[in-house]
Amino acid sequence: MMERRIEGKNLGAQALVAIGRVAVSLFVPIVAFVILWAGFVFLRDSNASQGIIALVAIIWGVGGVAMLFWVADWVVNRLPVMAAKKLQPFVFVGPALVILAWYLFLPTMRSLYLSFFDAQSKTFVGLANYVFAFTDSKMLESFVNNLLWIILGTGGAVGFGLVIALLADRSRFEKVFKSLIFMPMAISFVGAGVIWRFVYAYKPAGEDQIGLLNALVSLFGKDPQAWFTLRPWNNIFLIVILIWLQTGYAMVIISAALKGVPDSIIEAGRIDGAGEMRIIRSIIVPYIFSTLVTVSTTIIIISLKIFDIVFTMTNGNYGTEVIASMQYKQMFRFYHYGRGSAIAIVLVIAVIPVMWYNLRQFGKREGF
Amino acid sequence: MARANVKKSNWTIIVNLVLLVLVIIWSIPILGLFISSVRPQDNVLTTGWWTVFGEHGELTFDNYRQVLGGRGYTFVDSAGNTVRASGDNLSQAFLNSFTVTIPSVIIPILIASAAAFAFAWMIFPGRKFFFTTVVALLVVPLQIALIPILRDYQGLGLTGSYLGIWLAHTGFGLPLGIYLLYNYISTIPRDVFESAFLDGARPMIVFSRLVLPLSVPAIASLAIFQFLWVWNDLLVALVFLGGTADVAVLTQRLATMVGSRGQDWHLLTAGAFVAMVVPLAVFFGLQRYFVEGLMAGSVKG
Amino acid sequence: MRKLILVALIILLILPAAFAAGQKGTAEASAKTVTVFGAFVDEEARRFEEAIKPFEERTGIDVIYEGSKDFETLISVRVEGGNPPDIAGLPQPGLMVNFASQGKLVPMWSSLIATIDKNYAPVWKSLGSYDGTPYGVFHRVNAKSFVWYPKKAWATAGYQVPTTWNELTALMDKMVANGHTPWAVGIESGGATGWVGTDWIEDIMLRTAGPDVYDKWVSNEIPFNAPEVKQAFDVLGKIWLNPKYVYGGTNTILTTSFGDAQRPMFDNPPKAWMHRQGNFITGFFPENIQANLTDEVGVFPLPAINDEFGIPVLGGGDQFVVFNDRPEVRQFMEFLATWESGESWAKAGGALFPYLNQDLDAYPNEIERSLAEALVNAKVFRFDASDLMPAQVGAGSFWTGIVDWVTGKPLDTMLNEVQRSWPK
Repeated sequence: MMERRIEGKNLGAQALVAIGRVAVSLFVPIVAFVILWAGFVFLRDSNASQGIIALVAIIWGVGGVAMLFWVADWVVNRLPVMAAKKLQPFVFVGPALVILAWYLFLPTMRSLYLSFFDAQSKTFVGLANYVFAFTDSKMLESFVNNLLWIILGTGGAVGFGLVIALLADRSRFEKVFKSLIFMPMAISFVGAGVIWRFVYAYKPAGEDQIGLLNALVSLFGKDPQAWFTLRPWNNIFLIVILIWLQTGYAMVIISAALKGVPDSIIEAGRIDGAGEMRIIRSIIVPYIFSTLVTVSTTIIIISLKIFDIVFTMTNGNYGTEVIASMQYKQMFRFYHYGRGSAIAIVLVIAVIPVMWYNLRQFGKREGF
Repeated sequence: MARANVKKSNWTIIVNLVLLVLVIIWSIPILGLFISSVRPQDNVLTTGWWTVFGEHGELTFDNYRQVLGGRGYTFVDSAGNTVRASGDNLSQAFLNSFTVTIPSVIIPILIASAAAFAFAWMIFPGRKFFFTTVVALLVVPLQIALIPILRDYQGLGLTGSYLGIWLAHTGFGLPLGIYLLYNYISTIPRDVFESAFLDGARPMIVFSRLVLPLSVPAIASLAIFQFLWVWNDLLVALVFLGGTADVAVLTQRLATMVGSRGQDWHLLTAGAFVAMVVPLAVFFGLQRYFVEGLMAGSVKG
Repeated sequence: MRKLILVALIILLILPAAFAAGQKGTAEASAKTVTVFGAFVDEEARRFEEAIKPFEERTGIDVIYEGSKDFETLISVRVEGGNPPDIAGLPQPGLMVNFASQGKLVPMWSSLIATIDKNYAPVWKSLGSYDGTPYGVFHRVNAKSFVWYPKKAWATAGYQVPTTWNELTALMDKMVANGHTPWAVGIESGGATGWVGTDWIEDIMLRTAGPDVYDKWVSNEIPFNAPEVKQAFDVLGKIWLNPKYVYGGTNTILTTSFGDAQRPMFDNPPKAWMHRQGNFITGFFPENIQANLTDEVGVFPLPAINDEFGIPVLGGGDQFVVFNDRPEVRQFMEFLATWESGESWAKAGGALFPYLNQDLDAYPNEIERSLAEALVNAKVFRFDASDLMPAQVGAGSFWTGIVDWVTGKPLDTMLNEVQRSWPK
């Protein structure tokens, strides 16, 4: 459409064409809008059964977004070529950037601002909240623990995920194995909390143990242990829960990448006489390296943000406190918005090395 | 499926054996949860779930009956009679959960895949800055966004509307979505696009005809994660949608069902399984896309 | 020009949808409804709804109750986010102070204050006040200073209810001599682990140091590491830290959920013989015990330690405060200040009410009746200190301090840490 050049003979005709174009440019969005509006009015006023309303709502919501993309693209393509080319990428990233700015970026900036104020955000306190964040004994404990979470949690989940994905790729029962490893992810956190209570529960010696671990310990004639109170191992008992939950995530992503490794280069390796371990080490792992970076990045971030496991299992007692749980407590239990915001900013600062590494990877890319 | 050309040797046996051990370890807690969900309350509290295979073999579906059909209540009505009534069943909550979840999965995937495509294959000012910001936003705890967003919603009148919660889940899910899809879309070989772009195809066409179909495995995995996150979310729904019976989602209903102080483990376990059914169905439904790597084959050189 | 069109287009598409979305909400609110948000859910919510039915029938006002277990988080988000409920039931007076000091609450008006003066003991009015202005109305309350025991087993073993602290310690030693374990204690409560311990300390403080010192402790006029507080911990330590006195020792105290803690009392023979907890614990007893509560369970108030202070009652309760001032909201608050709003819940059981003019016969069994009586007639009633202290302490360092102390942290270190955490 854009390619069509208008060879206007006189100004009047040109103007007429331009007006026509504007009219068409306006007409399409207006039609789009009317359709969206009609859907909305129906949703608002209808007395139809919830099932129908839900269905219309779903079509309206999803279709609306698709339509927005389409209309935006359509409008941009009616612009002069140079402008269209400049604006084109923003048709694609624009909606994401707008939403991210609204939902996450601006709130983060607000937190940065609030982090220099007191509990009720009234008085400027300078860096006092950051002094708290970096000197409070519970915070210092959290930094050490979060490091442990990042190393063991990420290492465990990515390691098991990779091993399972590699092995399952070579098994006839791939689907069954993968589904079972994935299962923990499907359980709500409330459910997962109960499950692990049944693993770590403690009853005094001589009682029926309802915790699996203590039942095993008793079976071997040892005294049952209150696992969550055993420093520093209790951190590891908690990290095990994260690994159990997140391995399925790592496995699914890594698995998808493994399927993308071309058979031809594996065959080539075989022909060169490489063993299975060798093929994995020097062909497959390098091939899926960027995926491993992605998975590790997300699990590092999950470990950094870890909150529910600690909050519900130990409430940070017995030396298990973590940063995100401190943040939550300051913000929603102690109503200290200054400290809560400062700790949130500390989390963002903590992720800078990960950002830097990802940016280095990203910088190598070229676009069109 | 499995690669056919693995040597038929001890390898296969070892592979399956190792997997079996891992899978058993992974499944034991879930087995415990499931068994606990069909045991009477007193047994759950006093004996280990594995004793079901021994001296405490009683099983009951009463927990599920209470979770699905509504819990029994006793109260005294205004006439002074003691009444036993049962609460509402879960059908409304299921419906609400679906209404919240489906658009909250599809909308962010649409937006994220478009953005990921631009990050991976288009040149525009601020590209590096925006991408780094997306990675940084991954770590922002969504709790800090609740209050400012709720204020905006109050101004816009979006509080309590489905549109509001879809957008909220879109906002909170976008960083991971863009990041994961970027990783995948950027690995699509360059020559796939080269000819299309040289032929002067519009990016929207390249995106919808090439990128989206080629990214099905990644989109499927992202869909399942976003689905799980939204389906199991409690806080975002409570803040932006509210918790009254007409809009309460499944997790909210289950959370209030487990007793005022959360000690009814027998109902918690049954509730956890009820809530798990749909995500698992979605997983199995989407599994073929990412387990078999259906489309990946066409990308391979 | 075209950019303008684009911008206009996006605005056109998004804004009307947004406004229309909002209209739904405002249309609902314009009907005569009152929204109430509280922390109690499930059966308790149902009983509350039933209790307020007479009001709805009489006035035609629709009261919509929403309960959530994430109440503490949600109420702050909703209030800060500009979306408060009309009325909220706050479990901690500290929360009320927080909101009142920020000017978010509507103060009580004169006709309601008159009702409060008539129907409540003065202590409830002052608990509901900030800076001398009443902001809240108490509805359901609880009383915590009680010791529960398995009645039949006690009769068989020949144990007598102790009326003084010396009798109590003598009874504990007698139990130990008989090979019995006196106490069942559990303080695990997820993200709130420790509160059971703060209740014990508060009860002991009231009995060793008296209500005046208690009030000074709450306001930090005496520091948290003062000798009086230390003494209370010493009294508690004599029981808790002695493995002979507590079933399973400190590990069981730390890891047993507060609701499950009572269960060893109902084993046959009992593995523990006493349990100190509020009136709500009856709902956690095994079903067969609940069915025959008065036959199976006995209860006595935690005895006096110092005769001077007698037997004070420690308690807590839900305080209803107003965020949006509308006539129907006022009407409902006036209703909540009367015994009528609690009667049917009292009949259903599991709740105590503070109204002076309440009908004690409404309570379904002898136990609840006696607790309600003890509550209303208490010479000294004090609200749970941890709910009154700033949240950093009352829901933070005090809770974790108890846990640290039970795990073996030296008492002085712990008390100094709690004092340091007190906001200035």
